[in-house]
Amino acid sequence: MDTLALKKTANEVRKGVVTAVHSAKSGHPGGSLSAADILTYLYFEEMNIDPKDPKKEDRDRFVLSKGHIAPGFYSTLAQRGFFPVEDLKTLRHVGSYLQGHPDMKHIPGVDMSSGSLGQGGSAAVGMALAGKLDDASYRVYCLFGDGEIQEGQVWEAAMFAGARKLDNLVFIVDNNGLQIDGNIEDVCSPYPIADKFKAFNFNVIEIDAHDFEQIEGAFKKARETKGMPTAIIAKSTKGKGVSFMENQASWHGTAPNDEQYAQAIADLEKIGDSLK
Amino acid sequence: MADVKKIATRESYGNALAELGKDYPDLVVLDADLAAATKTGVFKKAFPDRHIDCGIAECNMVGIAAGLASTGKIPFVSSFAMFASGRAFEQVRNSVGYPKLNVKIGATHAGISVGEDGATHQCCEDLALMRVIPGMVVMNPSDDIEAKAAVKAALDYQGPVYIRFGRLAVPVINDNPEYKFELGKGVVLREGKDVTLVATGLEVGETLAAAEKLAADGIDAKVINIHTIKPLDEDLIVAAAKETGKVVTVEEHSVIGGLGSAVCDCLAAKAPTQVLKIGVNDTFGESGPAVELIKKYGLDSEGIYAKVKEFMA
Repeated sequence: MDTLALKKTANEVRKGVVTAVHSAKSGHPGGSLSAADILTYLYFEEMNIDPKDPKKEDRDRFVLSKGHIAPGFYSTLAQRGFFPVEDLKTLRHVGSYLQGHPDMKHIPGVDMSSGSLGQGGSAAVGMALAGKLDDASYRVYCLFGDGEIQEGQVWEAAMFAGARKLDNLVFIVDNNGLQIDGNIEDVCSPYPIADKFKAFNFNVIEIDAHDFEQIEGAFKKARETKGMPTAIIAKSTKGKGVSFMENQASWHGTAPNDEQYAQAIADLEKIGDSLK
Repeated sequence: MADVKKIATRESYGNALAELGKDYPDLVVLDADLAAATKTGVFKKAFPDRHIDCGIAECNMVGIAAGLASTGKIPFVSSFAMFASGRAFEQVRNSVGYPKLNVKIGATHAGISVGEDGATHQCCEDLALMRVIPGMVVMNPSDDIEAKAAVKAALDYQGPVYIRFGRLAVPVINDNPEYKFELGKGVVLREGKDVTLVATGLEVGETLAAAEKLAADGIDAKVINIHTIKPLDEDLIVAAAKETGKVVTVEEHSVIGGLGSAVCDCLAAKAPTQVLKIGVNDTFGESGPAVELIKKYGLDSEGIYAKVKEFMA
């Protein structure tokens, strides 16, 4: 898929995010929008997956450690064909399989249940370790929030991954700079993020989370790096693509009302029209 | 009784893993820098590639086990009960229990019989913590034979299992050709008509001894060994309660949330019966030799005997 097609797909993923969250009247649009390009690249370019056979043994695995951006994850899976895009409107509704946070038991394409922050990295490490034990070729990807890395368990997982030289593992930090209580630097600064991962024996790559060439380059470099895991620190804009949500911590976990929803879709349509 | 063979169930745990490793190629064992104490060293020696020391990071260890299980491995997570069920409670709930992953938790050093290390390491809350997680199987074997059988049963069961093991050497009481371990089934070890004593873990041996003392006083006690706290063998307990009237539960665990609570939950709904719960009475433990602590906390055969006598008066 060329860059233009990726951009168009990511834009459709973003529309799915606001549609799902609007329908649910709750959920997390901000981080879903900041991670949409990374998620799109992973599922449309990087990962060896098959929507028709979501459990195939040799598939690459993805763990959404920042499980609250389920709308972004589900929208990507739907665009990729794991389930109907129409189902996004059932997000968080009673009886829907699209639970508020990823549920591996019921959602095609979800490799690990998540949502309680800090836990996904360990599960991803376990998957990568299994791959090493079995001499399997699959790779494992795990997406964290930058606020999430305040959780100590992330660093327990990082220490283990570095010590075990899990080069089939990629940690990605969606560095949008905001968490519920405000700016991550004001709440409890996790910076310097890159230096921390370097100290934990990771190959660290810093990129612009909305630049597909940089995303592609980072994953390529991760693939080529042997003997150590990779951490991609992806500088992003929270709420990316929806004018009034961009860089607003208040849109971390708030659903748009009807009027705001119309505005959000209009913003994204406009972006879509510009992608020619 | 001096010649009775004694072995700590943590030893049985390590030995069972080492014995089963060959037949179960997906079995992997995880430790958090306590392999020397959880007795998994024998497995490590036999299958070095399948033993993973995660360092002192129990929460991460449980998460790694979840990831391993998602690929088809059968991980046994080993640590002290305090850390496996306490420190990593939320990881067990959310990363293992909620997705119903095939992770087994081998928790050693449970209860006050940890001994000298004292209250910080004497977990008397683990059965309560694990029992409350939906779908979690909770086992507490009474001796070497049962502990090994529990490990095998856990391996053959698909889903999360918590097994509690002890540090203190305990008498082998199930050494008979008839012995059969069935997950979720209690075992009647002694028939009696006056009272039912329901015991678990190392208290099974103490309770059997107490029943003999009671018999000498003319109290005929039925003794049931509950090695699986969840799912509980409700049919057996209800039938026994109806048969004997009074029921006593005995456990080396808080009287809140463990075997006693499970039995009361069951009887309150199905056969209201007067129940005496013998266990650790909503208090922390302390340092001291294990045998002395068990005596001090009224969990030896003498203490059980005295409490049952009073209950029956």
